[in-house]
Amino acid sequence: MTDAVTLAGLSAWIRGFAALVAENKEELTALDAAIGDADHGINMDRGMTAVLAALDGDDIPSSAAALFKKVGMTLVSSVGGASGPLYGTFFLRVGTACGDVDSLDPEGFAKALRAGLEGIVARGKAEAGDKTMYDALAPAVDALDQALATGGGLAAGLSAAATAAGQGRDATTPMLARKGRASYLGERSVGHQDPGATSSALLIRAAVAALG
Amino acid sequence: MKKLINDPADVVSEALLGIEAAHPELTVDHSNKLILRGDAPVAGKVGLISGGGSGHEPLHGGFVGLGMLDAACAGEVFTSPVPDQMLAATKAVDSGAGVLHIVKNYTGDVMNFEMAAELAAAEAGVDVVSVVTDDDVAVQDSLYTAGRRGVGVTVILEKIAGAAAEQGRTLTEVADVAKVVNANGRSMGMALTSCTVPAAGKPTFELGEGEMEIGIGIHGEPGRRRVPLAPAKDIAEMLVEPIAADLPFSSGDGVIAFVNGMGGTPLIELYLMYNEVARILGGHGIQIARSLVGSYITSLEMAGCSVTLVKVTDDLIALWDAPVNTPALRWGV
Repeated sequence: MTDAVTLAGLSAWIRGFAALVAENKEELTALDAAIGDADHGINMDRGMTAVLAALDGDDIPSSAAALFKKVGMTLVSSVGGASGPLYGTFFLRVGTACGDVDSLDPEGFAKALRAGLEGIVARGKAEAGDKTMYDALAPAVDALDQALATGGGLAAGLSAAATAAGQGRDATTPMLARKGRASYLGERSVGHQDPGATSSALLIRAAVAALG
Repeated sequence: MKKLINDPADVVSEALLGIEAAHPELTVDHSNKLILRGDAPVAGKVGLISGGGSGHEPLHGGFVGLGMLDAACAGEVFTSPVPDQMLAATKAVDSGAGVLHIVKNYTGDVMNFEMAAELAAAEAGVDVVSVVTDDDVAVQDSLYTAGRRGVGVTVILEKIAGAAAEQGRTLTEVADVAKVVNANGRSMGMALTSCTVPAAGKPTFELGEGEMEIGIGIHGEPGRRRVPLAPAKDIAEMLVEPIAADLPFSSGDGVIAFVNGMGGTPLIELYLMYNEVARILGGHGIQIARSLVGSYITSLEMAGCSVTLVKVTDDLIALWDAPVNTPALRWGV
């Protein structure tokens, strides 16, 4: 069971994501300024800072379900805009799929990520190619599933997922936005990398560092 | 950019303090950033709440009071409020008759209100129906975008649905009236200047001295096209003709005609525009049943205007004429 995903590992994933968001706050905001309303980095950083404060509170989550519920509810309550409900729903669904456990096997973790992705689709109605966070997350979840199915371990699977997320993020640049405020730009959204796909790729990168 | 502020981070909370001081008949919940009717929940009455990013004043807080909204949720400037705020407002105004959520069609607003409605049903057992306004004809190809934006119709809808609720109509009936107003309303706006979000400190977009943006949104989103500045009569045509063609409004239709200022345009220019709008409508044989002229759904200090037309029936006119007593709209009381 060297590949077990532990509660400590999941918590490190969230903390790592918060650090990456803080590091890339200005880039995320600059990307959003080009095709949105110039606040993605500011909003995500405010949200993940609130998540860290919540995780440092006395009430330390005792299961994956409790951890992700706390993360999801904190993001919903502090981010605003579209990113709050989307990231919030992602983590709430991940938590429900993990259940009241303190350790998961890689397949269980992959299933939880898939549930989170489905939550984003249910909330945002995004499809592949709409130029959203889905375009980075969906290929990542597919890559992890595929790696695990063909006998690769968790580390190899997450590494493949991070590569796929990065490629998915880069592929949003030539896309025409069909969701969110960027969609009002029509053709003028082409040529800009999507800020939501960019922060989503950071989420997968953080998973490699914490769990891979 | 010069602004009457203390600290950019405190603009929304300090404005709420001012609303509380100026309107003792209202209640302000500072921790949730809510403006509520002082007498909420009103026994037996369907509660109406709305909300959105700040910066569009008097929308929505200025429309809280008798005959209109029971509560308004204030987000950060141009950023949707969060579900906690909407949930708190929903619980505060529910008398047991249910609550109508009035939501402008922006991705963030729709998702946050959706989550709030789910929480209200799950946690508090409150019956919630949501109506989304999407009247901005400037957004074409709505199949390939987030859909048409909710703009001027929101003001008319809040007034008419508020009157229906005040009469004691049920949640379903109030929601139906609201849907009729949205389905029969269309708007289009234009900007002469950009606007500056206090926290950003610089204009959202650049617009040259001799240029204007036709089809602008209320957050400085781009419009249909950028064109050279033109006389008011030509601008009125650029706004009214696409609206009239869209529903379509036809000869003999009665309408509420609403000329709205974007925040930085004086009333004298809005009345001048209203005259042009009335002339064009007269040319189409469209009858103006009621009018509204003023800055009611704004974009900070942006100069410019929008035109909204709502096709009305006798029932809708009676609801429009019913008493209203709010900071921004007041008649019949």
